[in-house]
Amino acid sequence: MGEFAIGQPVTRFEDPRLLKGGGRYVDDLAFPGMLYGHVLRSPHAHANITRLDISKAKAAPGVRAVLIGEDWAKSGYGDLPRAEGKKKRDGSPMYRPHFPALAKVKVRYVGDPVAFVVADTIEQAQDAAELIEVDYDILPSVTSVALGSQPGAPLVWDDCENNICFVHLEGDKQATDAAFAKADHIVKKRFVISRVTAATMETRGSIGHYDQAADRYTIYTTLQRALNFREELAETLNIPESRLRVVAGDIGGSFGMKSGVFNEVGLVLLASKVTGHPVKWVSTRSESFLADAHGRDNVSDAELALDKNGMFLGLRVHNLVNMGSYTQPGTDSGAYSNLGTLAGVYLTPAIHVDVTAVYTNTNPMRPFRGNGRPEAAFVIERIVDMAADELGIDPAELRRRNLIPPEKMPFQTGLSFNIDCGEFEKILDLTLEMADYKGFEARRAEARKRGKLRGIGMSFTIEKAASPGYEGAEVRFDRTGSVTVLAGSVTQGQGHETIFKQIVSDTLGIHPDEIHYLQGDTDQVFFGEGTGGSRTASLGGSAVTVATGKVVDKAKKIAAHMMGVDEVDFAEGVFTARQTNRTLSMKDVARAAMSPKNLPQGMELGLNATAAYHTTKQNYPNGCHIVELEIDEDTGQVEMDRYVVVDDVGNVLNPLLLKGQIIGGISQGVGQMLMEQIRFDPTSGQNLTGSFMDYAMPHAEIFPHIDIKSNPVPTKTNLLGVKGAGEAGCVGALPAVGNALVDALSHLGVTHVEMPATPERLWRIMDEAKRA
Amino acid sequence: MHNFNYHRAADVADAAAKLTATEDPKLLAGGMTLLPTLKNRLAAPSDLIDLAAISDLKGISVESGEVVVRAMTPHAVVAASAEVQKALPALAQLAGNIGDPAVRHRGTIGGSVANSDPAADYPAACVGLDATIVTSQRKIAADDFFVGLFETALEPSEIITEVRFQIPDRAYYMKFRHPASGYAVVGVMVAQFGAKVRVAVTGAGPCVFRVAEMEAALEKSFAPASVANIHVSAEQLMGDIHCSAAYRAHLITVYARRAVEAMVG
Ligand SMILES: Cc1cc2nc3c(=O)[nH]c(=O)nc-3n(C[C@H](O)[C@H](O)[C@H](O)COP(=O)(O)OP(=O)(O)OC[C@H]3O[C@@H](n4cnc5c(N)ncnc54)[C@H](O)[C@@H]3O)c2cc1C
Repeated sequence: MGEFAIGQPVTRFEDPRLLKGGGRYVDDLAFPGMLYGHVLRSPHAHANITRLDISKAKAAPGVRAVLIGEDWAKSGYGDLPRAEGKKKRDGSPMYRPHFPALAKVKVRYVGDPVAFVVADTIEQAQDAAELIEVDYDILPSVTSVALGSQPGAPLVWDDCENNICFVHLEGDKQATDAAFAKADHIVKKRFVISRVTAATMETRGSIGHYDQAADRYTIYTTLQRALNFREELAETLNIPESRLRVVAGDIGGSFGMKSGVFNEVGLVLLASKVTGHPVKWVSTRSESFLADAHGRDNVSDAELALDKNGMFLGLRVHNLVNMGSYTQPGTDSGAYSNLGTLAGVYLTPAIHVDVTAVYTNTNPMRPFRGNGRPEAAFVIERIVDMAADELGIDPAELRRRNLIPPEKMPFQTGLSFNIDCGEFEKILDLTLEMADYKGFEARRAEARKRGKLRGIGMSFTIEKAASPGYEGAEVRFDRTGSVTVLAGSVTQGQGHETIFKQIVSDTLGIHPDEIHYLQGDTDQVFFGEGTGGSRTASLGGSAVTVATGKVVDKAKKIAAHMMGVDEVDFAEGVFTARQTNRTLSMKDVARAAMSPKNLPQGMELGLNATAAYHTTKQNYPNGCHIVELEIDEDTGQVEMDRYVVVDDVGNVLNPLLLKGQIIGGISQGVGQMLMEQIRFDPTSGQNLTGSFMDYAMPHAEIFPHIDIKSNPVPTKTNLLGVKGAGEAGCVGALPAVGNALVDALSHLGVTHVEMPATPERLWRIMDEAKRA
Repeated sequence: MHNFNYHRAADVADAAAKLTATEDPKLLAGGMTLLPTLKNRLAAPSDLIDLAAISDLKGISVESGEVVVRAMTPHAVVAASAEVQKALPALAQLAGNIGDPAVRHRGTIGGSVANSDPAADYPAACVGLDATIVTSQRKIAADDFFVGLFETALEPSEIITEVRFQIPDRAYYMKFRHPASGYAVVGVMVAQFGAKVRVAVTGAGPCVFRVAEMEAALEKSFAPASVANIHVSAEQLMGDIHCSAAYRAHLITVYARRAVEAMVG
């Protein structure tokens, strides 16, 4: 519908409300009689609890309950959801530790919940927590994934040998070995992908409410997949899903982090049951560094085999992936489900990847924007640049030689990706042009005169989006002809409301002001999974499209009946009787559908439709990033000067929102490459980056204008021809910036820069090179 | 946050009286440092004495050779002051680069100076510009005021009322922002008063300090080359996970040189 049609740069419908403080986040909710919970957390990375005395805390003013590990064990609830399905190298099942909401005998990371104090006010709960006496017998700990799997490392779980959670093998080992045997040139490198935290604007939070009379639980919480959450949580609580309602209001960012069923969810529900009151817990910012799941953190040993012409023959990768101390469904997925990105946009015939997932005394892990994709992209795109450097071939040219041409699609890569469509060479050319790649050396020489080392870096990455799965949508007309659209996916700020309203408006001809969007309440939304893996536009968008299609089909029949014709046409919200000039609007029909006299014999009243859309095929967003930056020779400070992107995320539903996604993703990629990192003290296992005073976040001021163009190649794997856009920016940014840094320093003999490339790290690299 | 009694002081005398009359009081200025400390339960004063309503403590004046900034003047006001920009641009520029807009509109010079955060910017201005810290009881030369890590010459019952900066012939402040906090990793104020030069460094040590060797070299010849090879020993400096002491030592030289470059350029 006109300015709101699919493809238009519609400004976000949710923004006026959110910007005016009208958001309704968990912490904005209050219920009569609500109590407040505070989690007492382990100060040690690994320790036995030898004594736990809560008597003083229980007697403190305002305190209603103090829960400890024993209370959880006696509650009748089970473990929090646990990962399953993977195997160890010998074929035995993966190590799946029990996962109670409170540690009972042993704590396994700094932040592991030990007790939950519930009081009339949060201050009382905090005061009381200080009265809990805990004696710890401190044990040796291990936080590094590289050290964790080594023989003799401290064991996170006593019966989990070498801390190995599982092993995953992918690709063709024999073919890969053969490719390496005949290679003219082999490039080898160990890449360390740092650990980061999502640092969402809204911290995690939950309100648990057990309604004794109805024997039913409600949890208001921060999440990504409401219906999946209900299924997993119902299992933990040992109740049928029908006795559990999960509600997500506005959510201020997640990036994968909020996708678990965390300890505090179980705690507020148990506390509500024990006290008979609703119980709220909201993480403080400081607590979030200790208690949130972290992302990434792996070590990749990669080898690329090439022939003398620079054609990639084979790729071999060994990954060690940090699982943290406990695993939930999804914790493990970053280790294996996106390895396909390692194959890149290249023809490489033989690839083999060997992944070992390792427990350590660190926070549990969750997917973080990209969930394995940026990690894999970094490895392949860095090693391609290293190969270009070693062979003396321009990095753009080396890529060009190896790109998969459109005529070879669908193309089965050496890993799991079967790429349906894409125009890689065209995108490469477009990006080189936008970046004025040819003019770079002149800019480098000019910068040199100013004491700046200028570098250019590119990445051409591909990832999978919208993995096989399903999504639900419902369109409900009310009696006046306005609409409610309900979706199974849940927004954390991406703008689902805008996209879905655009689709409904465009397909039904209803003005967006008359469309109400509803999400995240499992008592209202009938079907779906939720958000994650860049799936909402593809799957959720298709589900809404199917639902509106059903509405149109039914409405056409009603309109034809009302106008006394056999068939009607429908366009722009108007039904036209063929060969007459009679018309009815969608609203007319919707109103009429409430009265039996307007309907054909036997037709159900009302104009509503539900749709469950599923797909068996993922899509493959891809894109080329080129960044130019300058390093201050004296200080190591980095200034990005230009950043260009050409992406293919299929059809563009809303270019404004797309740009937002790409820029947001780039920011997180740049953040990780240049400054962000969760660090632990290697001996004590303490988190050294427990606040924004130590955990560096990228600010808007460090970014140049980011120039984004789209080259849409629509996919046939969903109804809208869209590809995922949520993670693409992050995937491309990490290696592009990494490559630019190395390029800036390559005249000093530098071949790699570890992340985060802080000013001091770069200064030391330059200083050492000068001394050498 | 623990409970406390809140007082809104009517004037400096009232605030001073309340400081002595209460058990474990704290003055509250912009609250940018104090409030997070309370929220994180790292301090539990019995009483907060808010200086916000004391109009005498606000404002800027330029008097014979001095820029006088009253204690409760927020950084943003100093940065935007036409008078300061004219008389002592280095001070306006320093204030304009503190933290972020919210911090600059709440945080005050009195709070900053009283706190003596090793990474704060104002101490470099105080020492570099030979300022006098005026309190409810006395006048203290900046050189004697900053004693150590979060430590000043202030008595518990003393209230800063104003800071008087000497107007130099020329001055320049350069700051390397901490990648996480935005505070100074190294901040160097170079100021020239006739034949005298002051070089004050904040961020790097436990508190602001002067670099006598650089001052002497610049007094001999005021040129970038004079300081380009003078290195402060890393031993007396601080380090954190982002910026080691050795790196800070290196940055002091670079920033001193660049400040002088900016002044002569
Ligand atoms: C996110 C953030 C970033 C920041 N970045 C920077 C930066 O880049 N550079 C920088 O220099 N600073 C920075 N700051 C500090 C800020 O600029 C303030 O200067 C600082 O917080 C103290 O000033 P205040 O007015 O907020 O004092 P308060 O927090 O109210 O008080 C601080 C201390 O001083 C005492 N005090 C206050 N006024 C007086 C007085 N008149 N006499 C005696 N004692 C007094 C108080 O009792 C308290 O102990 C930052 C702060 C934040 C929160």
